[in-house]
Amino acid sequence: MSADDVREEILAKVRSAIGRERGRPAPEPPEPLLEVPEMLLQQRVEQFSAALEKLSGKAHVAETAEAARALVEELISQRSAIASNSPLLREYGIASLPGVFTGYTDAAELKEACASADVGITGADYALADTGSLVTLSAPGEARIISLLPPVHVALVPRDRLLTGLDELFTVLPDPAEQTSSMVIITGPSRTADIEQILVKGVHGPRMLHAILV
Amino acid sequence: MRPIPVESLRATLSNQPLEEAIYASTRRLMEKRAASIPEHLREDFQKWREQAHRIKRHTLENLDYYLELLEDRLRARGGKLVYARDGAEVARFITEVAKERGVRLVVKSKSMTTEEIHLNEWLEREGIETVETDLGEYIIQLAGERPSHIVAPALHKTRYQIADLFHEKLRVEREEEPEKQTLIARRVLREKFLSAGLGVTGANFVVAESGSIAIIENEGNARLCSSLPPIHIAVAGIEKLVPRARDLAVFFKLLGRSGTGQPLTVYTSLLTGPRREGEIDGPEEFYLVLLDSGRTKVLAEPRRRESLYCIRCGACLNHCPVYRKIGGHNYPWVYSGPIGAIITPQFHGMEKDWWLPFASSLCGACGEVCPVKIDIPRILLDLRAEAVREKIRSGEARLERLAFRLWAWVMTHPKVYEAAGLFNLALRDDESGWKDTVPGVFHAGPLKEWLRFRKLPAPPAKTFRDLWAARRQKEALEE
Repeated sequence: MSADDVREEILAKVRSAIGRERGRPAPEPPEPLLEVPEMLLQQRVEQFSAALEKLSGKAHVAETAEAARALVEELISQRSAIASNSPLLREYGIASLPGVFTGYTDAAELKEACASADVGITGADYALADTGSLVTLSAPGEARIISLLPPVHVALVPRDRLLTGLDELFTVLPDPAEQTSSMVIITGPSRTADIEQILVKGVHGPRMLHAILV
Repeated sequence: MRPIPVESLRATLSNQPLEEAIYASTRRLMEKRAASIPEHLREDFQKWREQAHRIKRHTLENLDYYLELLEDRLRARGGKLVYARDGAEVARFITEVAKERGVRLVVKSKSMTTEEIHLNEWLEREGIETVETDLGEYIIQLAGERPSHIVAPALHKTRYQIADLFHEKLRVEREEEPEKQTLIARRVLREKFLSAGLGVTGANFVVAESGSIAIIENEGNARLCSSLPPIHIAVAGIEKLVPRARDLAVFFKLLGRSGTGQPLTVYTSLLTGPRREGEIDGPEEFYLVLLDSGRTKVLAEPRRRESLYCIRCGACLNHCPVYRKIGGHNYPWVYSGPIGAIITPQFHGMEKDWWLPFASSLCGACGEVCPVKIDIPRILLDLRAEAVREKIRSGEARLERLAFRLWAWVMTHPKVYEAAGLFNLALRDDESGWKDTVPGVFHAGPLKEWLRFRKLPAPPAKTFRDLWAARRQKEALEE
């Protein structure tokens, strides 16, 4: 049976199961349930830090570009690092720190570099205070795997992108697909509890996560 | 009708390490869930459940509309929607793509849907190496077993068994620390990720309006499967749709808490088609395979349609007194626990797995914890009723019917009932209260098996009739 016939057969079965005719529109879906609380920046920062630290990640606040750069340098501590092509990292002078490789535009080269790097440095488009999450959208400036392959992930987030939570994210970004092929919400370092429900970090992704609010 | 797997049930119940493993793990999962819904969130949590239920209901009642919308939107983003009636069609499609592109190695992330159709076996038969990359699934694959829990597939295995397994299969030093075992798996699987030609994942949700899929995970292996190989194929049931991306918020909040007690899992990915112009990495091709395989059959039963709302969190398993004793492997299909008990007979037909809805104490915990408010206890009863009708039709229930007729006759004849009560009193064992010795004459037929493990409860010293008569007498005197 051809792919089109299979498609027709399944759609016909669906229609007959729910008693609908072909091509009829659907009534309005239920109103989305999104509640955005009012919260001061300071409160959001505190909440974000506490939530991330509970997941054994670490949140830092950098008041100036110099402070952010010094912090990243300390976190890299002579190890090899890959930085994304984010304008933010360039602006803060992080992409030009010694030991930091950047500027990859070829997937295969990037893959090879990430597989052996110790630290991955990226920007983040948003952060979520209540869960301590980072939100990254794949873009020319942000590859998917820099936050994933190296054992340590360091991310810079502008403080004004610190949202209260998931509900606010979907309020400011109602349809992420319009902007990117991949939006990932990162909530703490990679982990598993598949062996006897015992928590282990760094299964496939990083075992350590640093978020720097700038 | 397929018989109850009595032997394997007995083997599980008498295997103490296994019993302890299941009991301890499910208890931890219950505790984590409870801790993730603190007092101040209880009200919100109930609101989310209601909303999730409403959205699933709306989507399934208009499913053809959303399927067609999804197909259009996904195509606009450069991806392709493929329908499959059964597992064979899913396997055929993936095999074709793999062969055309010369793919030898497939990396897979955890997906109940592909587990359901035994995808790995199909691909291996075609000579395509298929590696499970979720740690628990990897362990199960090495052991040649099947998962025993929707969320924690290797829940029945101890670290010592895993130490032996890794030592034997991966030829590494015997290592009993879960942390070091995890590192071993990371190293082996990292190589696979870097060389695989195709990544297969499931999808927890499919967003019609955006042409997107959402994947929820903690390890990062699904991100690797969907980012590194040049081709990404996601496989999901047709029931996984939601209308809009904005609808995902409640589901994310419910799924993490219900499954593993996390407000949000570590990685929540929303993926839409292949890599776009200018993006550096991600797959060059993206396919979404939507599977029917019995789902339209369930959809056609309005009273049971909500069985398809399930988001595979596993909370009903963890809270089920039956699952916690018998574990996942005694259920005939990959879906175990209460949700398995209601969907297996609906997908496979009542005649095969008729006993599943009876494997329940009807305590109601499953319905109470279900994040999308599936009324599992009601559906269990509904299926029981059907199983009994089926038995009556096939004549299998003759003895049972006779017993109930006798029961009905006794219950509708007060004098006979009274006599039966007196007979019962006469059998009372005063020492223990419980009757160790049911007269030998009853140890026959179906009662024989039943009495092997059970004693009769102690009859009270006075019957209700006696008490009632005494009270009436007293009242009469007072007047």
